[in-house]
Amino acid sequence: MSRPTIESGTPPAPCCGDAWSGVTPGAPPASRLPGTLALLALALAAWAAAYAAILPLSEWITFRLLGLSPGSRLGQSVAFFLYDAPKVLLLLTLVVFLVGIVRSFFTPERTRALLAGRRESVGNVLAAALGIVTPFCSCSAVPLFIGFVEVGIPLGVTLSFLISAPMVNEVALVLLFGLFGWKVAALYLATGLTIAILAGFVLGRLKLERFVEPWVHESMQAAGATYQAERLGFAGRVEKGTEAVRDVVGKVWPWVLLGIAVGAGIHGYVPEGLLAGVMGKAAWWSVPVAVLIGVPMYSNAAGIIPVVEALLGKGAALGTVLAFMMSVIALSLPEMIILRKVLRPPLIAAFAGVVAVGILLVGWLFNALL
Amino acid sequence: MRIQVLGTGCQKCKQLTANAEQAVAELALGATVEKVEDLREIMKFRVMATPALVVDGQVRSAGKVLSPSEVKKVLAG
Repeated sequence: MSRPTIESGTPPAPCCGDAWSGVTPGAPPASRLPGTLALLALALAAWAAAYAAILPLSEWITFRLLGLSPGSRLGQSVAFFLYDAPKVLLLLTLVVFLVGIVRSFFTPERTRALLAGRRESVGNVLAAALGIVTPFCSCSAVPLFIGFVEVGIPLGVTLSFLISAPMVNEVALVLLFGLFGWKVAALYLATGLTIAILAGFVLGRLKLERFVEPWVHESMQAAGATYQAERLGFAGRVEKGTEAVRDVVGKVWPWVLLGIAVGAGIHGYVPEGLLAGVMGKAAWWSVPVAVLIGVPMYSNAAGIIPVVEALLGKGAALGTVLAFMMSVIALSLPEMIILRKVLRPPLIAAFAGVVAVGILLVGWLFNALL
Repeated sequence: MRIQVLGTGCQKCKQLTANAEQAVAELALGATVEKVEDLREIMKFRVMATPALVVDGQVRSAGKVLSPSEVKKVLAG
């Protein structure tokens, strides 16, 4: 490897992220670029071919190979599953790959630099948007929180980020798009962002800074150089994308299949309107009940989709189901417990309360509009 | 050589610790991999994402589960 060696014990200057590229393996990016591009083109062509083959292949297997009749319930369910499962998995792979590449541009450190010095309002909007593209794991919520607060990013702006990061989730977006169409997916994206922006703004107005644990401010005074992530070439970013696919798709595919199987079963067998009475539009109280049940629950986006599919298929109203899904993935007991280390109970309660109210309003709004 | 893994005890942190231990064993360094789980201690390293790998007091990777071979590269370079 051609990178300059650093004598042990010498701290790297903060500006030379590329000089000590940490773990970037292999040859310098320039020599890997043609190979990476060729592979990428090949993979995309294979993807497109596979995507185009899904519909004819699923019909051929269902009606020719298995000999099921197109009018039968079993035939409908099997055809639905064989079409939707590969379609959603292919879409998921593509989107997770692209999101992985986009996220390689937005390290937490860079996001922080983008947010530092922003006022509220503009800051809230930017933070919510960055929450989507910055890699985030709820177990890192505390270091991230402290990192934001220590450079003077307002509390409300920081919270906008912490709401948006788990709530607007690429896996949920793809599944909603694949199973319910682009309108539902767009609604989810737009309302998730709106809640993150407004809830963060409201929380900022409430002047809750005194409920941040004092040790957070103490730790800021022990200043030092922040860790700088390695700099990546194009090949390195493609690698990040494939890594994300391995990580995310490798983990969620059983849930996706389960969700589609549930959907397929409903498609063929369950009469529509079964839940319309208790979870339909007319039952206004079903939205708060859905949020109350959803807030303490913890599941990843892929795990909750089967439930969403089942509820919607049986006649539950879209607003109610969306509210349930958002409250499960955006607010959870484990994350509250992690945040308790930096936030005192009144602030945690305000955080959960404001977000829950936002989700509630979204649920009602959709039930009223659609 | 002092090797530390920063993380509050989530799955990824345990995985990184295991990978670091494997790398140390394969390189026969004889160093122990120390786990840093206390948040205040973690924050002294100025990381914004866990798990993080620290070698001789310097953060060499953050927010990523390095494979054993990646840890080896860090330890070698």
